[in-house]
Amino acid sequence: MIRKATGWLAVALAALLSAACHPDRDVRPADEEVPGTVVPGNFPAPVYTPPIATTPASFALGRQLFYDARLSRDGSVSCGSCHQQFAAFAHAGHTLSHGIDGRLGTRNAPALQNLRWGRSFMWDGGVSNLEIIPLAPINNPLEMDETLENVLRKLNADAGYRQRFAAVYGEGPINAQQFLRALAQFTAALTSANSRYDHYARGEAGGTLTTDELRGLALVRQRCSGCHATDLFTDETYRNNGLNRTFAADSGRVHITGRPAERGLFKVPSLRNVALTAPYMHDGRFQTLAEVLAHYDHGVQDSPTLDAQLRQPGGRLGIPLTAQEQADIQAFLLTLTDHDFINDKRLAERQ
Amino acid sequence: MKFPKLTTLLFSLATASLLFASCDDDEDQPATGSVDLEFENVVGNQALTLNASTYYTTEAGDQFKVSKFNYFISNVKLTKSNGTTWAEPESYHLVKQAEENTHSFTLKDVPTGDYTQLTFTIGVDSTRNVSGAQTGALAQNNDMYWSWSSGYIFLKMEGSSPQAANPGNLPNGGPLQFHIGGFRKPNNTVQTVSPSLPASTALKVRGTVTPQVHLKADLNKMFAGPNTVRFATLAGTGHSSDPNSVKISQNYAAGMFRIDHIHAD
Ligand code: HEC
Ligand code: HEC
Repeated sequence: MIRKATGWLAVALAALLSAACHPDRDVRPADEEVPGTVVPGNFPAPVYTPPIATTPASFALGRQLFYDARLSRDGSVSCGSCHQQFAAFAHAGHTLSHGIDGRLGTRNAPALQNLRWGRSFMWDGGVSNLEIIPLAPINNPLEMDETLENVLRKLNADAGYRQRFAAVYGEGPINAQQFLRALAQFTAALTSANSRYDHYARGEAGGTLTTDELRGLALVRQRCSGCHATDLFTDETYRNNGLNRTFAADSGRVHITGRPAERGLFKVPSLRNVALTAPYMHDGRFQTLAEVLAHYDHGVQDSPTLDAQLRQPGGRLGIPLTAQEQADIQAFLLTLTDHDFINDKRLAERQ
Repeated sequence: MKFPKLTTLLFSLATASLLFASCDDDEDQPATGSVDLEFENVVGNQALTLNASTYYTTEAGDQFKVSKFNYFISNVKLTKSNGTTWAEPESYHLVKQAEENTHSFTLKDVPTGDYTQLTFTIGVDSTRNVSGAQTGALAQNNDMYWSWSSGYIFLKMEGSSPQAANPGNLPNGGPLQFHIGGFRKPNNTVQTVSPSLPASTALKVRGTVTPQVHLKADLNKMFAGPNTVRFATLAGTGHSSDPNSVKISQNYAAGMFRIDHIHAD
């Protein structure tokens, strides 16, 4: 408890100091070697701080692992296969993700962004720490179908990796902790905070929103921010937004917690870069944002765990939205696309 | 709500131990000593052998063989009759039947004195279940970790039984696979036990000798106690925590660990 508070204090102090030293420094200057080390001014304090400070070398090592298909059994699938930069690290065009041997997964790959602010991960929150995430796709027979032991064997057999790990984590065989922390150095750095909306929110140059976009912003704050909250556009909770009556195919959070009251609850996803991450929802059921908004307006299905915000007085379900309101919200959602993030060469695979 | 209470308790314990330390300051005695804890896994009154040629029998009469038996022992504490408690720092140990060198470990820098109670957790506390990548006993590649519902498997027992469903017609009976873990309500399987010391013995920590506490872990107690388990109806738990895992954890908390004897020299 105390340690966490101290950590936050340190982060806040660091942010203050760096702000004080560089009064007109941009959030992410182009020449900064390690992305995501500065906390964006419109974000809350992050949850995760890497145990060792991220350096260009440790970041580059994490990036190499992220794009290395040797993490899968037959060397065919890397993290980057399902998490593509041009789609804000979601799996473009895939309702469900394809893994090894073209096997089909059971859920839609979410965008990877601002993970340092996440309290738990995956659609059902099954993974409770950023460093632990790689175990799930590596072990999953439908994704990479490999064991951590084998990955470590392959890495230890590679002189280049041994050298790079030794430079960051000290001499000795590469162990599980080093491997997991190294990957987290990359995933924690995936920070999206430079959309047009962000410039608007921070009062920066280029931060102009049109009148439709401003109307859309007001609507999102009014109707959606009970769940898609703060400038992260998620409150990191689990909710039932009315996709199904029974959730027989995928029961969501209850699968992890065993609490019946959490049947059909899924992680509230961020709305950042949402224009790039179609299809939508945990099962990729909607192809367009228009379909998503139509769902909230008139597609919400009842079940005992449906979120109270989706029950209107008089028994109507959902969030009533006129055609104009839906158009305005869509216009606003497009301002959340972060071109700097998807074009940042430092996050791309090295040839 | 629990936090401040625990802190107060720990603080008063710490203060108490300071006071005691200054009271009976014995010049000749070293201030600390060591204690060995040894875990011998048994089935009833038989030694446990993995993949034995003959079957063991549960207290309810089911036959079975064992191919794997692993568990975590953590947060080891020793308590004196006056209530002073010593807790081992960074206290995480993994006992694997297949690895002889994991069957015992040494508690170091234990303040000297006569201890009357040994306490430990079977499993891993909730804090470490949600911490990041770990090393040592808690390393995520020790065959004791769930990745998709992340957290430690506290106890793993695998084997076979003629009474278990056997769709594959395996020669030693159907598979048994009990993976117990989970640290969240309502399926919390973290169990803390204080097996009693043999009558009228104290655990004397002196610094000159290292006493050995010999514990027996009776695997049969997984299936007997508050909740009788018959393999025909329950041959496995796992993938993540469930109510059956909780029942088995209640069984092993009730009677699996027993202090058989203490060697004082
Ligand atoms: C076969 C496709 C595939 C591969 C390969 C893959 N992932 Fe994923 N990833 C997914 C899917 C699908 C999900 C959502 C899973 C769920 O919710 O159960 C996901 C979820 C995640 C999340 C959680 C995001 C959040 O906000 O909750 C992270 C982080 C992540 N993956 C990182 C990685 C890393 C690192 C690797 C490489 C070790 C990797 N992924 C490999 C498909 C993949
Ligand atoms: C009651 C909480 C709640 C409210 C209010 C809410 N959402 Fe959602 N939203 C969710 C949840 C939960 C999901 C994920 C559901 C799933 O996949 O099972 C989601 C998913 C989405 C997605 C899909 C994102 C993706 O990457 O797949 C979009 C887009 C979205 N919501 C937009 C909106 C908009 C716009 C509003 C306001 C009109 C809104 N939501 C109101 C809880 C809510």
